[in-house]
Order: sequence, then structure tokens, then C-alpha cells
Amino acid sequence: MRVALFLTCVNDTLYPDTGRAVVKLLTRLGVEVDFPMAQTCCGQAHYNTGYRHEAEPLARHFSDVFGEYEAIVTPSGSCGAMVRELYPRMGERARAEGRGDTLAATLAPVVPKTYELTEFLVDVLGVTDVGAYYPHKVTYHPTCHGLRSLGLGDRPLKLLRAVKGLELVELPGADECCGFGGTFAVKNADVSAAMGADKVRNAESTGAEVLCAADNSCLMHIGGTMARLHTEMRPVHIAEILAATEGATEVGTGAVTEEEPRA
Amino acid sequence: MSGTFVGMPAFPPPVYPAFPVAAHEAVNNQTLRGNLRHATHTIRAKRAKAVAELSDWAALREAGKQIKDHTLRHLDRYLVQLEESVTAAGGIVHWAADADEANRIVTQLVKETGESEVVKVKSMATQEIGLNEALEAAGIHAYETDLAELIVQLGKDRPSHILVPAIHRNRGEIREIFVREMSEWGRPAPEGLTDTPAELAEAARLHLREKFLRAKVAISGANFMVADTGTLVVVESEGNGRMCLTLPETLISVVGIEKIVPTWQDLEVFLQTLPRSSTAERMNPYTSTWTGTTDGDGPRAFHLVLLDNGRTDTLADEVGRQALRCIRCSACLNVCPVYERAGGHAYGSVYPGPIGAILSPQLRGTASEIDASLPYASSLCGACYEVCPVAIDIPEVLVHLRERVVEGGPVTREGNKVVLQPAKGHAAERAAMRAARWTLTHPGALRTGQRLVSRTRRFHPRTLPGPGKAWSGTRDLPAVPAEPFRDWWQRTNGGKDEAK
Repeated sequence: MRVALFLTCVNDTLYPDTGRAVVKLLTRLGVEVDFPMAQTCCGQAHYNTGYRHEAEPLARHFSDVFGEYEAIVTPSGSCGAMVRELYPRMGERARAEGRGDTLAATLAPVVPKTYELTEFLVDVLGVTDVGAYYPHKVTYHPTCHGLRSLGLGDRPLKLLRAVKGLELVELPGADECCGFGGTFAVKNADVSAAMGADKVRNAESTGAEVLCAADNSCLMHIGGTMARLHTEMRPVHIAEILAATEGATEVGTGAVTEEEPRA
Repeated sequence: MSGTFVGMPAFPPPVYPAFPVAAHEAVNNQTLRGNLRHATHTIRAKRAKAVAELSDWAALREAGKQIKDHTLRHLDRYLVQLEESVTAAGGIVHWAADADEANRIVTQLVKETGESEVVKVKSMATQEIGLNEALEAAGIHAYETDLAELIVQLGKDRPSHILVPAIHRNRGEIREIFVREMSEWGRPAPEGLTDTPAELAEAARLHLREKFLRAKVAISGANFMVADTGTLVVVESEGNGRMCLTLPETLISVVGIEKIVPTWQDLEVFLQTLPRSSTAERMNPYTSTWTGTTDGDGPRAFHLVLLDNGRTDTLADEVGRQALRCIRCSACLNVCPVYERAGGHAYGSVYPGPIGAILSPQLRGTASEIDASLPYASSLCGACYEVCPVAIDIPEVLVHLRERVVEGGPVTREGNKVVLQPAKGHAAERAAMRAARWTLTHPGALRTGQRLVSRTRRFHPRTLPGPGKAWSGTRDLPAVPAEPFRDWWQRTNGGKDEAK
């Protein structure tokens, strides 16, 4: 099976290790992965901040780039939800504005074949044991758009439970938002930070070494908060856990593997 | 507060700061955070349990949504039917286009009775129009009889929650308000009052009882109005509403036009979903229904004031109109992580929380600072939509209203189609969004930008100055990798060369 990796602009720029992990994982499971170089961004930040008309060219571009693939896999619940839930809505809005069916028709092909990574593994490939080894105590935060827009349910937990060596501990208040929310994080910084601090405190209370999630933007917020609060915990994308195998060197989110001085 | 002049707004609308400004104070108030956290988490868990008991919850939610949508679609017809039914049952129907008209009608009706005080059933519509203040300006004192509304009124405070307006107060604070204020308005708080719930409730009961027995006029809202029979319904827990609705000689009900249901049978749905969603009760203790007037039983005169106040304009918006399905249960407030931390006052409206963030900017427009900031008072986590018993997709409407703020566009105001200009204060953001859109539709430009970020990474600070502090004041910036993924992909032939 040949699938396109829709990595997302945030992962491409800031979290390449997550992309490498997805490639490694899917290749190990016999999937041929392509990364269309013309891909950029799904337009979620534009859309959710109120710039729907600016998001439309990005959505059309997405459709041009990914339209021909059998399946499109993304390691992001919120970008997956953008395509699956909000692209159809953008089409409807254009129609309501008297602009006809063109946008809806352009976007329609990519909607049903876009999958968040854990969804693709469990529903399309039909696997829960992906042969991973990760000898750490881990807690899982279900990010909001994966949880509520895509309805990922317990798919990520099923995958994590099957990982050898991994001790999964329950996160108190797991389904409460971490406070990232895209531009919300800066437009309402105080509330966002308070939500982030509460999420980190809940995560710390589990005694886990790693907080994992299926969205690096949420992990950027949670991880940034952890660093500021000097927490002894690491944020790690679920793809990096599922890609890890016995004997292989671990990669970590953030990709700075060597110690480097910073200004 | 200034006096009332017919034809002029009774009061200048209060000016509230933008949401983030008001929230800044609330977030740092540890007592308030503790009160809200305790209260919302308790009711949140109870609601989930009460809802889980019903195997047909999803069907009830869908039915509630459809009944409301159908009614709103044919609101013109149902309003006329309601007027006929209420009139036939001995009631008198008044129509109020806005808050000032409603306040004038009610003030006039009370004056005609010769009374100078009224008792009130808890009502959002009368809060929305500032009725108490309008009556006070006309020399009429309105006594709130709902326990939480009484706490708010005695404390000269503002409500911060739809169902529990004094949610921001703890027992100690309530005791202090009772001891300090009750004597000014009537029966003082009992000697040696403690902060146990039973004693506080008893103090309120004694204080209110003399008001109930004395009052000749009552003012209420309604949870539902049944079009085919002309019946009004009030759902409550304390019984104060029942007292107000049955003892006085004159009853005036101010009700938003969206509160109609076509038939009694439709109540079957809402009388199941409302109590479970709001107080987490299977059934609320008191459900009062009345149809016009009845000889020898209850009020001799009944007036219904039908309130528009921005509702018809809201109905004209095909995305935003779903907010009119709201049955004021408060479930969305109780699950909202933003409400829990910012508190109800930050929303600058009698409608706080997620529903307030979509109702206020529609009923009042997006011209003020607070109304233009409310659509952004959400991380779009979707918890509100999940619990809404009439399936209002609050995140969808929030994003729609964000668009109205930054892009402007066609809206309906006072029945007229107007085109809004984009709001001020978003110029830099708009320019950034346009630039980002250009970069992101040109993959080469994106790649150049990514490489620039990667190659300069040794010089990146961990914190940012100026507007960047909004992020880095509380969070470290992410470390930038040595190369973007797409460079690795190309360099290693999709990882194949690396694996060898």
C-alpha cells in the first residue's frame, strides 16, 4: 500500500524526528511511504483564527498535492480534523456565499482518505501491536481535536498497551484541554498558561517519565510549560514511541540530540 | 445611574474590558480559582453520571435540536399562535423589540398596579435587559428570590453563572453578605449565623418569606412557552418561583421569543434533558406551568412581554442561529476549562461561558472591545459541544464570529442587512496571515524560511521580547532542529540511504 505522509508544517519545521518516526514505523509495517515535497500547511491556523478566505488557497493546494494518493496519513489529530471536519464545512460555506460547488468538489476527494496515524494503524492496517519496544513509564494525553472531532477513542491506548516494556499510567483529568488552542495560546496567554500548568501538574502526579500525545503543537505548549516549571518529564509524540525498537537508538521530540550552546 | 427618559436608552451600556484583560485578574485570584474549580468539577461529574443513566440520551439530544430548529424555522407562525392562545386564556401579550421597550412596558404595568415593589423569579431575560435597574430608576424595588440571585443582589455583585449566579462565592463570603446586608432590605440575618448550608438557606428562607407574603406583583421569565395552549413553564429547584407565580395578584413574564415549543408533547424531551444537564437531577423539584388566568386560583392579571432584543437578527445568520436553541442549562459553562479559570465576570455579560461567547456578540453586535474579544475566549477544545443537550456546535459559531470580527461582512442589525467593516486592532495579524498564506502556497518559499530558521538556531533565544512574551512569559520556545524534515527526506532518499 502506497500512502502519502502529510507531516504538517509544524512537524516539518520543528519536529522532523516525528516525521522520521512515522516513516520508520510505516515502512516496518510494509507500507510504502511517500512525502510529496509540494506539501505545506492545511490552513488550520488561518481558519480557526477567522481567516477562512485565506485558508481556502491552502486547502486547494492540499487537495492538489494529495488528491491522487490512496491514503493520506498525518501524525496530528488537529490537522487531520481540519481536513476531515472543516474542509467539508469550507465547501458548504462557499456554496452558501453563492460561489457554487467548485471548492466543495475540489476538496471532497481528500476528505475520506485522510487518517490520523493511530487511526490508520488500527482501522486501515488492522494492527495494535506494531512491534515496538519502549522501556519507560508513560502517560497519555488525548488532544482535543483527536478526541472530539476525529473520535480517536481508545486507539492510541490500545497501541501503547501493546508496546513491550512500556508501563502506561492513567493521566488524571486526561480529557481536559491542555490550553494550547493555536492562536488562543497567545491571545489569551494567562488562561492558556493556567490550563497548561494544571495539565503539567496532573501529568507529574502520575510519576511517569514521559507524557505522550498525538499532536506536537499541544506537546510544544505542554513541553514548554514543563521546561519552565523544571519538571522531570519529557513530552514525546506517540509516533516516536511506536517507532522505537529494541536495540535502536531513541530519537526524541525536538531533534536537538547534541548539547549546543544557545544565545 | 441616570433617570429613565422615554425614547432614550435607560442606561448607558456598561463598558467592560476585553476578555483577556478581565481574565488576567481572575486567573491570579486563588480564592476565585478554588471556588470555581470545586464547583464546576463537582457538577461536571454529577451531570456525566445523570446523563449516562439514560440509554436514549443521543436520541433525546437530537430530538431537542430538531424541535428547536423546526420552531425557529417557523417562529413567525408560532409566535402568532402563542399570542392567540395566551389571549384566549385571559393573558395580555406585549411585544418588545429591544431592552428599552421591554423595560418601559414592565415599568408601566407595575405603575398601573400602584405598587412600589415586586418579587422576582430567577430570569435571564430580565437580567439581559437590566430590568431591576430600570425599575429602581422608576422608584420600584425588585427583590430577587432565587437564593443565588439574592446573594448577588445583596452583595451588589454581578452574576457569574447562568444557573448558579453566585458560583464565585464560597460559604464564608455568603454568610458575611447576609449578616451585613439583610437588615437593610428586610428581616435581618439570624443572630449567630454560621456558614453551614442549612443555616444559610434558613436565613434566606426567613428573609424571603415576608416578601412573598407581602408582594402584590411578581416578575418572571420562562423556560418554555407552549404555542398551542399558551402555557408558560418555569423549571426550578427551590420553590421560590412557585411562591412568586401563585401568591401575587399580578404576574408579568418577560420571555425571549426563542423560548417557544409547539406543543405540550415537546416538553417531554426538554423536561428530561434540562434538569440532567443543569443540576444533574433526574427531575427538578418544582415545575410550574400556567395558562393565562384562572378564576379563584393564582394571579388575577397575567402579562406576557415577548422580547426580541437581537434575536431576530441572530436568527438571520445561518451559522450563528443555532445559539437560539439554547435552553440555558449551563452544562457548557461547567465543562469549560476557560470558564473555570477566567470566571463568569470576564465575559462582560449576563451570559458567561461558551454560550455567552457566542450569544453576546450576536445579540449585542461585535463593536465593543468585550464583544469583539469573546469569540477568541476559547481554545476550541469542543467540550461544550459535547455536553450541549441541544447540540449547539459552539466551536463552529466561535470561528464564524472570529471571521466576522477580522473580515467583517454581511450581518443583520435591527432587521436591516448591513456590511460590517473588519474590526480595528487586527491589522498586523491580518498582514501576518496573508504573508503566511503566500509562503504556504509557495513550497519553495516555505523551504527557504525553514532553512533560515534552522541555520540560525544557535542564535535563537529561549524567551522573546515584546508581543512574543505572550508565549515565552510562561513557556520555553521549542528547540529548532538542524534541518527540516523535507531536507532530511531529500538528503537520505526518504530514509532509504540512511538505513543502508
